[in-house]
Order: sequence, then C-alpha cells, then structure tokens
Amino acid sequence: MAFKQVTSPHAHSAQNTAKVMQLVLWATVPGLLVLTWQFGWGALINTVIATVTAVVCEAVIVKMRGRPVSFYLKDYSAVVTAVLLAISLPPLAPWWIVVVGTVFSIVLAKQLYGGLGYNPFNPAMVGYVVLLISFPIQMTTWVSPLALLPEGVTHPGLLESLQIVFAGINPVDGVTGATPLDLFKHSSGLLVEQVYEREPLFNRAMFAGAGWEWVNVAFLLGGLVLLSNRIFTWHGSVGMLGALALMSVLFYDAGSSTSPGTPLMHLFSGASMFGAFFILTDPVSSAVSNRGRLIYGILIGILVYIIRAWGNYPDAVAFAVLIANFAAPFIDNYTLPRTYGHTDRRRATEKGEE
Amino acid sequence: MNKTWVTPGGVHPPENKHQSLTQGIGQLPIPEKLVIPLSQHIGAPATPCVEVGQSVLKGEVIAKAAGVVSIPMHAPTSGTVSAIEHRPIAHSSGKLAPCIEITSDGADTWIERQGISDYEHISPAKLVEMVGNAGISGMGGAGFPSAVKLNPGRQRPIDTLIVNATECEPYITADDSAIRERAGEIIEGIKILSAILDHPHNIMIGIEDNKPEAIEALAPHVEGTGISVVVFPTKYPSGGEKQLIYILTGKELPSGKLPADIGMVCINIGTTYAIKRAIIDGEPLVSRVTTVTGDALGTQRNYDTLIGTPVSHLLEHNQYDQSAGGRVVMGGPMMGFSLLSPDVPIVKTTNCILAPSYEEIPDDEPAQPCIRCGMCAEACPASLLPQQLFWYAQAQDHERLEAHNLFDCIECGACSYVCPSNIPLVQYYRGAKGEIRQARDEKVKADHARERFEFHKERIEKAEREKEEKRAARREAALKAKQAAADNKGDSSEKPAATSSAADIIAAAQARAAAKQASPEDQQAKLERTIAAAEQRLKAAEEKLAEAIESNSDKQAALSAAVENTKQKLEQSKTKLAELRA
Repeated sequence: MAFKQVTSPHAHSAQNTAKVMQLVLWATVPGLLVLTWQFGWGALINTVIATVTAVVCEAVIVKMRGRPVSFYLKDYSAVVTAVLLAISLPPLAPWWIVVVGTVFSIVLAKQLYGGLGYNPFNPAMVGYVVLLISFPIQMTTWVSPLALLPEGVTHPGLLESLQIVFAGINPVDGVTGATPLDLFKHSSGLLVEQVYEREPLFNRAMFAGAGWEWVNVAFLLGGLVLLSNRIFTWHGSVGMLGALALMSVLFYDAGSSTSPGTPLMHLFSGASMFGAFFILTDPVSSAVSNRGRLIYGILIGILVYIIRAWGNYPDAVAFAVLIANFAAPFIDNYTLPRTYGHTDRRRATEKGEE
Repeated sequence: MNKTWVTPGGVHPPENKHQSLTQGIGQLPIPEKLVIPLSQHIGAPATPCVEVGQSVLKGEVIAKAAGVVSIPMHAPTSGTVSAIEHRPIAHSSGKLAPCIEITSDGADTWIERQGISDYEHISPAKLVEMVGNAGISGMGGAGFPSAVKLNPGRQRPIDTLIVNATECEPYITADDSAIRERAGEIIEGIKILSAILDHPHNIMIGIEDNKPEAIEALAPHVEGTGISVVVFPTKYPSGGEKQLIYILTGKELPSGKLPADIGMVCINIGTTYAIKRAIIDGEPLVSRVTTVTGDALGTQRNYDTLIGTPVSHLLEHNQYDQSAGGRVVMGGPMMGFSLLSPDVPIVKTTNCILAPSYEEIPDDEPAQPCIRCGMCAEACPASLLPQQLFWYAQAQDHERLEAHNLFDCIECGACSYVCPSNIPLVQYYRGAKGEIRQARDEKVKADHARERFEFHKERIEKAEREKEEKRAARREAALKAKQAAADNKGDSSEKPAATSSAADIIAAAQARAAAKQASPEDQQAKLERTIAAAEQRLKAAEEKLAEAIESNSDKQAALSAAVENTKQKLEQSKTKLAELRA
C-alpha cells in the first residue's frame, strides 16, 4: 500500500479564479443595463465585439506561447478585460475601434508581458488610452442620454445600431452630444450656477448629470456587491473616492467661473464609480498591501481631479490609473504591514544585517 | 469572564469534528509489533539501552536521553526487543531513522510504578526531573521536551501559564475527547505544573467555543483552583502558540523569542494529562489519544493508542478502504503531512490520522497564475504578504524574503487554503526557508574558509617580509663593514677586509644569542607573570566547570580536561621558578 504524496494544507476553500472573475462580470450587469437604458444598444454591442475579439486573441497568443488554451480561457480574465474596456468606450463607436482597443489590451498589455498576473498596467486602460490618443474624434463622440434626446427622436434600435457600428451610417442628429465633464471643461467664463441653468444635461438631472448619475449609481451598486463578497478590500476604492471628494471640495471655489465643478458631479459622472470599483481594484497592476492600496487609491483620486480640472483630457481615470500603476511597485516597498512579533513595519528594500 | 483579543486573518474551514465524537475514547488490541523511533521530539535522539532479544516490561526504559535537550523512550507494552535498526518513520520525506522494535507478549505487564501524591512537598527540580524521566515531550505539535520547557533555572519568573486546549485544526478531536473524559486528571496535571513553576498568578486554559461539552467538563474541576477556562470564538489557527498568547493576553511574542522570555509557559492540554500520570501514577508516556478519522474509514473515533503502533494497525481496525481515498495524513488537514506508507508508527506528537475520501478532499487542481488578489494576506494570522513572499520565493530573492519576514511564517496554511489560484504557497515558503538556511550555513563556512586563507596568506607574507628585512640588514651590515675596512686600511688588499667582515658576522651572531638569553632577573619576572596568569585561568575554568555540572551541560568533559591542563602548566611553571630561585 502506497499513498499519494501531497503537500499541506490538504483542505482548500471552494474559491477559484474563474469564480472571482465571473462574479466581477455579474457585478457589471447593473451598470451595463443602465448604460443600455440611458444610451441605447451601443454598450451591449461593444461588449459582444470586445468579448469575441478578446477570447480569439487570448486563444491565439496562448497557443503561440505553447500553453494549454482551454486552461487559460477558463479563467475568464480575458472576458473581464474585454467587458471593462467595452464599458469605457463610447456607445455606437465603429466596430474597428472596439477591435483595435481589445487587441491592444489583450495582446500588448497582457500577453506580451506574460499573461494573467504579470501585466504591470491595467490592460483595459492601456487599450482605452491607445484609442483615445489615436482616434480622438471617434472616442469623444458620445451618445446623448435618454433625457436629452430632442422631441420625437429615440435611440437607434438594435438593427439600426448595428448598421451604425458596422456599416458606418451616421446616426440621426441629436443622438450624439457632450458628456458632463466635457461640457464643464468648455464652459469656462460661466458660474457653476449659470452652467446648471443653461445646460439641459444638468438641469434635467437629479444631482450630477443626466443619465451619467444613474450609470455611476449602478456601478457603485455592483462595486458594493464585490466588496461584500470580499473580492477586494475597501482601501483602494475608498481612497480614490475620498481623495476625489476632498479635492473637489477644496477647489470648488464657491462655484466661480473657473470652478472645475461640484463635488457631486465629480463623484457621479464620467468613470468615477466604474474606476473606483472595477478599474483600480484590478489586483495585478495595483499596490499589494491594504495600506499600499489606500495610498494607491488616494493617488488616483488626486490625479483624476488634477487631470479633469487642469488637464487636456476629461477622461482622467484611464490616465490616472496608468500613472498609479507605474507607482505601485514603489508604493509596495514602503507599505509592508507590521508582522506579528515585530515592533515596526519594515521596508521591502531593507538589507540583511551584514 | 476573561477578556480575549482578536488575531488578524484566520480562516473558517469546515470543522468536521462531529464524525469522531460519536463514541468515547476507544482501546485497540495491542499490535503484534511496535516500533519506537528514537527521535520523536526536538533535540538529540535517545540512546538505546537494551539489546535485541532482551525482554522488557511495559514502561521500562529502552532508550536513554542523550543530553539535556532529549527524552528517554519506554517500552509501550511488555515483550521482547526484536530489532534495533533503521525503519521508515512518519516524515514527509519518507526517511529511515533508528528505531527499537518490540514484539508484544500480549500480557501488557507494567513495570513497578511509583507515583507520589504530595507533590507540593517535593522540590520543583525533582518534579521536573520526573517529568523528564517519564519521556514527556510536547504533545500538541513540535514535540519540545517538557522538562526543558519547565526548567526552573531561568532568569525570569513565570507569571502566566497557558494551557492550550484550542485544537483549532479541523477533524482533530483528541484533546476534546480527552478533556470530556479526563478533566479531573488534566486539572491535577495543571496543578503540578503550577507547583513546578512556583505558582504563576495567571493560569489559563484557552479553548475554542466549538467544544461546549469539554468546557462543561472542566468547569467543576477548576472551581476554587484559580485556573480560568477562557473561551474564544473558533477560528483557524487560534491554537498556534503565538496566536494563543495574543488571544489570551493581548501580548505578542517578539519575533525569535520563546514564551519564557516574556514570563510565560505555553503547554498542550494532552501534555498536562501525561504529566499527571507521570507524577501521581508513576507512569511514563507510553500512549496518547489519537483521532482516527476521514470518510475512507468505516469507523471514526478516538483511541488511546500505544506509542509505536503502526498506522496500518489503526487503518485495519477501522475498515480503511483504499479505493475511497488517495492520501493518508498524519495530523490535521491544514498542517498534517501525507504519509508515504502505512508502516510508520504513531509517535508522541501524533494527534490524528486522517484518511479522507476523494469527496472530502479531492486531488489538488493545477495551480493558476497568482493575480495578487490579496485573499492570502487577508487570511494570514502573522500579517505577512503571502503573495509577495510567493513572488520572491520564485525569484529566489533571499534579501526581499527576509525583509518580508519569511521566517515569521508559521506555515499554518491559511494562505493556501484561500488561494483562488490553488497555489501551494506553504510549500514555496518551506522551500525558500530551506534555501536561505542552507545559504546561511554555506556563508558561515565560506567566511571561515576565507578567514583561514587570509590569515595563511598574511602569515606567509609576514614571514617573507621578515626574511627580506633580515637580508637587507645583512646586506647593509656587510656594506658598512666593507666601507669601514676600506676607510681603515685604505689601500690594503681585499682579503683582510673579508676576514674582518666574517669576524663581524660571528660577533653579531654571538651578541644576538646573548640577547636572547635574558638575565636571570628577567627570567624570574617572566615566570612569575606566567604563574599569575595561569592561576587566574585556572580559577575561571573551574568556575565554568562548576556551572556546567550544575546545568548538566554536555561540555563537562571538555571543561574538566581544560582545568587539568591548566593545573599541569601551572605546576611546571612553579617548579621552574623554584629551580631558578635556588
């Protein structure tokens, strides 16, 4: 009689990477639904195109690297990257925008660095930034939210949407418009109060920006689901939102004509909630310890505000996250937790006592 | 109610303790052959003191403690010594180790037992000696000789005695069932410990809240004794010594220190029972409670198992079905190690034999890449960063591993338990620790070799230098002599000059010899100094020897030789001095 040799521990929890990824996908559903409700079919079409492209790219590269294809596809990480990128892209963007972005995300930002677990940058944000810099027109053409559509105009139906995406047919006038952050950027010279009075994007909204506020609420909800399932800890998200709130309060400037906007607008428009719960929580490219993640989140919050208020792009989250990705290993060196039985926390760069 | 503290991290694996608790502690038939490994503890292996063919009684010493940190071994039943040889032992490497095999005669006849009941009137040193002679080592985990732990020769008084009844590993119920059935004797054992440790004012039994029956069983026995039963929420690994100390006292054991360094002694509750048996009943440690559990077995329960019982004996008597499960684990599912074969014996630290079915513990899935999700860091009871340790272990970056406090990892397995990528993290840490230890050893060796080499080089160079200096001096002397000769004799031939320089050389040599032969006064002073120094050395050596004898150190022989040597030298010097004076 000979027994199997296995290393301890013998018991394992039922958690696995695929389940974690699947839960992240489920948590995007409220956000995707609200996006579809407020902006039409575009977001869902993006999601499908991105997912197919991502799975094909992942399979091809994994095959080229001589690894078992199904083993790596089953971890769902490629699908998560695809969905996160698709959500960030403007609805009704041409199909090739989505494809190019996804290829960059999966092939360049993920697989060329060694695949899952080895990418120093957030793959979805790499894809997004590549697109934003390369195709600024397509990337800044957003669909108008439901409340802002002119009388008698609706969002294009599914078939029409597919034609816009794949055949390049121009949508009806009034279907596209500016985003709240964009609008604020180009409304200098007006008091915040005046902007709110003048722009339907704000005066038809509850608290932040028509349509956008609900998208953000939905992603906040999805994020809270992940938090309660302990997929990540609160540190990064709270750090970012806290820093963003603080910055927008500090620099609100009493709503003067140079004010970068209200705190509520900053928290509930653009990619604020999506970024806080779905982008900067990517564990691979973020800082490691809880303390590190808090600092990492604060850094992103501050950067988001700086870029939004004084930068050229209103799409601040992508840039902020990528810059913070650079800083993550550095943050890690100085944020080790205090180990049991030690009086002080140590530095990762400490040398032995020689 | 005692206040308790909450440790960071920890996990809640399914407890699976009820299966083995449906019946009380059972007794198995005595196996035909028992194999007693000579090393079941931390420290030096015991030295056999029986011969093959010799008949022994139950409880008779068959191997003596080899040195201070060691314990003796006793025959677990009566019979004949049938072999003293290397046998496979319970070790994850499947290695062979020296063992004594005893063939049972079936009578299980005890040797004459002499217990004492008035331990209060016996000196702690004597009690500790009795604990040591009974072959007791820690029965919870590492197997540290109890007598060493209780040695009263320490600097700091012990103010806290912690009895570990946590039993936080799933499946294991050995302590739980022992407490239910033997609470009185266990408390008696704790009282003996208290006497040995000069009555620490804080005596606590730490126990998790998943053992209500055991807690109830202890209650009547602790009443009025000053011993408190401290109940805290179940969480793995609360039973780790460091964790338990924090839970009960709110103090952390500083890294690299022993509990005694902060005035505490932490002892497993099974060990306290063994101590009671040893002192009151005069029985050495020859059996222990072992949980035999897992769905691959027909019966799951606790047994009072003789040390040396082959695992196969336990499996057979509990209807083990090998087709149902692939692994057999000694210990629990979190820290236990899988056995290579069932022929290995139960030892003093074996609290559980786990034979799980494939449904209970399936084969491990292949590991996926680490995504640094941080679930491991949330589970780590020592507040380490397991994901970073894994990264640096793969990279063999020893400096970073040490900066991340790898050696504070207690290998509890909580990180691997929660890892969604099925990475065998603990295995990486064990490997990395081994590598670092090896590298340290090699560095010490290399440093030693380098020092030796450098010293050697320096010596040779010095010798060369001295030779060169002498040569130069000679050259100069010759030159001077030549010049002097030339100056003196002006135009005379070279021959007389040569003679004169030769004469000079002889004279110089004589002068040097004379210088070496110092005056008698000098010699006497030198000898007196030598004698004074030797006397001092002798005094110091004698003191050291006395100390060594007191602490029963193994350096005794070397030290007494040193003393003799110094004495002899002193005598020699004295005789010389006497001669000189005469």
